[in-house]
Order: sequence, then C-alpha cells, then structure tokens
Amino acid sequence: MTQDAIAGALVLLLLGADAYASFFVAPTEATMGPIQRIFYLHVGSAWTGLTCFLICFIANLLYVFRRRPRWDWLGVASAEVGLAFTTVVLVTGPIWAHPVWGIWWTWDARLTSTFVLWLLYVSYLLLRTLIEEPDRRALFSALFGIFAFLDVPLVFGAIRWWRTQHPQPVIMGGPGSGLQPTMRWVLLFSWVALLGLMTLLLRHRYRLEAMRGELQMIEREVEGA
Amino acid sequence: MKNLDSIFAAYLIAWGVFFVYFVTVARRTAALREEIERLKNLVNRGK
Repeated sequence: MTQDAIAGALVLLLLGADAYASFFVAPTEATMGPIQRIFYLHVGSAWTGLTCFLICFIANLLYVFRRRPRWDWLGVASAEVGLAFTTVVLVTGPIWAHPVWGIWWTWDARLTSTFVLWLLYVSYLLLRTLIEEPDRRALFSALFGIFAFLDVPLVFGAIRWWRTQHPQPVIMGGPGSGLQPTMRWVLLFSWVALLGLMTLLLRHRYRLEAMRGELQMIEREVEGA
Repeated sequence: MKNLDSIFAAYLIAWGVFFVYFVTVARRTAALREEIERLKNLVNRGK
C-alpha cells in the first residue's frame, strides 16, 4: 500500500512537471499559436498507447507459445490501458484539429487507422466477455491480439507512406522533418511522464487480473468441496 | 491566450479519462478482494 502511494505521488509529480513544461517551458509555435501545446499530451498519449499495444502483442505471443496465465493477464491489462491512452488521442486530436484545420475529423489514413486500432482493442476486450472457459478465452484473445497488432505498423507508417491531412512526422520523419530542440525535450519528457502513468495503471490492472485468476481457483475449490 | 478554452478542454478530458479509468480499476479490485475473502472464509469453514 505504501509502495503504491509513493508510486502514485511520484507519477502525479511527474505529470504536474509535464503540464508545467508543456505550458511554460515549450515555446509557442509560430503558425498555430498556443493551441499547438495540445501536441505534447496528444503525441505523448499516442506513443504510450502504442507502447501498451506492443506489450500486449509480446504477452499474446508468449501466451500462445508458453500458455502461462500471467501472459494472458499482462495481455488484457496492457490492452485496456492502451485503450485508455488511445481514447485520449482520439479526443484531443479533434479538439486540436478544429481551430487549425477548420474540421473536427477527416477519414485520412492516420486518423482512420488509429480509429480502427481503437475498435480492434475494444473488440479484443469484448471477445473476452464472450468466452466462459478461461484457457479457451486466453488462447482466442491472444490470437486476436496478435491480429489486432497488425494495425500498429499501419498507424506508424500512415503519415510516412501516404499524403494525409494529419501533419507529417516530426520525429523519425527523414530529411526535412524535425522539431525545435526545446519542443523535442518537452515532448520526450511528456512521454516519460505518461509512461510513468502507464506503468502505474498497468500494475493495478495486472493485479486485478491476477486476483481474478485466484478467484477462479477458489471457486473451483468450493465447487469441488 | 487564443484557443485557451480548447487547450483547457483537451487537458480536462484527458485527465478525466485517466482518473475515471483508475477509479474503475480500483473499484473492481476492491469488489474482487471482498469476493475472494468471502469465498476463502467459506472454504475455511467447510474444512
């Protein structure tokens, strides 16, 4: 409990420092003005969401090959936390887009592939509610999770491979791309802060899933008695 | 500051999503912990 409280306080401190850096340390962008400050939360959440889905993918693969319940627990925990971060991306994106583009949403490759990613992981969680038997549920959702992850490279590549309304990449975007140094540091700091939040949420969500496993064992014991 | 309301809305909604999610995980954990305790007591009484 004390460890949790310390971890929670540390994450809150990091997030507070991140908000301060986003508003007061990062310079105001010349073309878009102050609205561009959403960038640090939007991009940081997107990277953190994709990190969660990568963890989910690795856990799904490990479950398929090793069949240990802990990989199933990590898979569902990271899918759910990743979904929370992707929801933030899908909400903050249109709020930023409206004053800049004059529209809330457009079906370009980046926006559509991100929305499809969100739908895929909602389906992953829904699928788990439809299968009663724990081993079958874990295996089917692991296989579906591996399939769902195929959309992640599409999300990453969408603004590199196709012309989109969404801006071109500022990090790993090749020649001509880039970010003002202070902005880059603030963005990286935002990502670190959000990774801290991700770790905290993942830890709690994993514990919940482990407890479900324990509950199933006790239920079997009660039924057998 | 121009568009301050949009920035404020984005941050408020984002932290709202994280906060509500954290609360739902905590509530589910508490309910499950209670259920485990109840069943453990049931098993112990049966032994």
